Amino acid sequence: MLFICAITVYPIWYVLVNSLNDGVDAMRGGIYWWPREFTLENYKAVFETPGIVTSFGVTIAKTVIGTITHVFFTAMVAYAISRRDLYGRNFYMLVGVITMFFSGGLIPYFLLIRDLGLFDNFLVYIIPTMFNFFHLIIFVSFFRELPTSLEEAAKIDGANDFEIFIKVIIPLSMPVIATIALFQGVYQWNDYFAGVIFVNNPDLQPIQTYLYKVVAESSSNQMMTNAAGSIATKTVTSQSIKLATMVVTTLPIMLVYPFLQKYFVKGMLIGSVKG
Amino acid sequence: MEVKIQQPVEQQVSDTILAEPTKKEKIKKIKKTIISQKYLQTMALLGVVWMFIFNYIPMYGLIIAFKEYSIIKTISEAPWVGLMQFKEFIQDENFWIVLKNTLGISLIKLLIGFPLPIIFALLLNELTSMKLKKAVQTISYLPHFISWVVLGGILTTWLADIGVINDILLGLGLISERTNFLAEPDNFWAIVILSDIWKELGWSAIIYLAAIAGVSPELYESSTIDGANRFQKMWHVTLPSIRPTITILFILAVSGVLNSNFDQILILRNSLNESASNVIDIYVYQMGLQNARYSYATAVGLLKAIIAFILLLSANKITKKLNGTSLF
Repeated sequence: MLFICAITVYPIWYVLVNSLNDGVDAMRGGIYWWPREFTLENYKAVFETPGIVTSFGVTIAKTVIGTITHVFFTAMVAYAISRRDLYGRNFYMLVGVITMFFSGGLIPYFLLIRDLGLFDNFLVYIIPTMFNFFHLIIFVSFFRELPTSLEEAAKIDGANDFEIFIKVIIPLSMPVIATIALFQGVYQWNDYFAGVIFVNNPDLQPIQTYLYKVVAESSSNQMMTNAAGSIATKTVTSQSIKLATMVVTTLPIMLVYPFLQKYFVKGMLIGSVKG
Repeated sequence: MEVKIQQPVEQQVSDTILAEPTKKEKIKKIKKTIISQKYLQTMALLGVVWMFIFNYIPMYGLIIAFKEYSIIKTISEAPWVGLMQFKEFIQDENFWIVLKNTLGISLIKLLIGFPLPIIFALLLNELTSMKLKKAVQTISYLPHFISWVVLGGILTTWLADIGVINDILLGLGLISERTNFLAEPDNFWAIVILSDIWKELGWSAIIYLAAIAGVSPELYESSTIDGANRFQKMWHVTLPSIRPTITILFILAVSGVLNSNFDQILILRNSLNESASNVIDIYVYQMGLQNARYSYATAVGLLKAIIAFILLLSANKITKKLNGTSLF
């Protein structure tokens, strides 16, 4: 067990340590446990690169807006479908279940996004990810457990179904909302593929896409020229910047993760396949 | 007074039950329900509209696999070409390479990657210290939250000829010369499979842990009385109890078997390991989006979906026969 933990954590630790070490010195290798020549220059360099800051802004915006719209929209549809008296419920469920097993695949999807005018548009991060049928099922099974008497009371007070959803259901559903928000937030933060295929404009590129290009480029450079030690004039190397960018990219998730942990374990229980 | 009010209501109710409802009345009734649910119906329909646009229109778009689509024409204007695109793919020199890589990576992943989380969950369950258990769990699903881009960065650094893996292997005397592991096709499958297990082991175990937590403690108590040791309890109580969960996850894993983790392979592949890293998803991406051969790439993707669906149906049937659990 401890061995598994060690191999799990070590690669993350290695990147952190090397990103805090002087770039040229790190080229010599052999930094495993602790930085040899401690420096924050790499991080300074990261934030001085103009493209990175913009990409960071895009990532934060897409994560925040994308997660909020996703949770709200999916929960809203799920609430309507969770009501047993909804006319046409079974039909709506069938429409959704089919989407879990069949899809058009990458190319028809790409053509659709392009025809909708979402190519090179910030909304490509938001609208196509607004809804997820698997998340809907988790929401539905949670809403089913809520006592119906509260809804009835609100109805007698003259609230319509939408108001009930906003004022009664949402406040009662914080655990499941936190879970789905976590799933979606992590997805939004980590997704690089949408930025690769749907966006050409570098100002709309999220940080993961930026990093993808750096990693893909540097690995092919390494293959071809074996550039080890060729940059000796500066203390910051492309390698050390890459490592620092990786840390900066991952840090936000690592920071919120312990706080949200208790929710997602519960959420996995709600959504789990129990046979 | 009370009696007077109640009577007409009762009469009305019995009237509607007694009278055979005609079609018109039925429609009227449905209309009434829908109008009374106008908010709920709007909320549900918004979701249906979304699914129609983002799920069903792409399914319609699949017909370009049977056409010669180009950007100048709309989908319906493009001329039909029948199975030409499929034939071209099967005759393509890449067909066997792509098929071999897709199936090879996926099947090995299923064979090794599927049982490991179950074993891990069983072992974790045996830990008696709650504190240790929680710590191990927290650490084990940490990598799930790191993106493949970052992991790809770590892997390319570590596996490079000046990287950590070379240092270790040299130090242990297992290799005599530094090599760039990602530049060699022979290593690619192992790298992909091991790194995927590393990333998802803890996360996949959560669901089994949840299932184990649901096993009735009485079963354990009675097996203690029968003199079972820890291993016997694991084998005779825990495993049979979580079998339905295992079965369903297995069916799902089989149906997703051809999704050979696109995100991961896209970042780890390069021109030198292409003969081992070119899987169907990558091929579709290259042909469709980089070379703009939309119809051809769609046909390749459709072929993959058909094989995956057949696999899903057969896995479902087999598990249904074996132990009576199935997805549908």
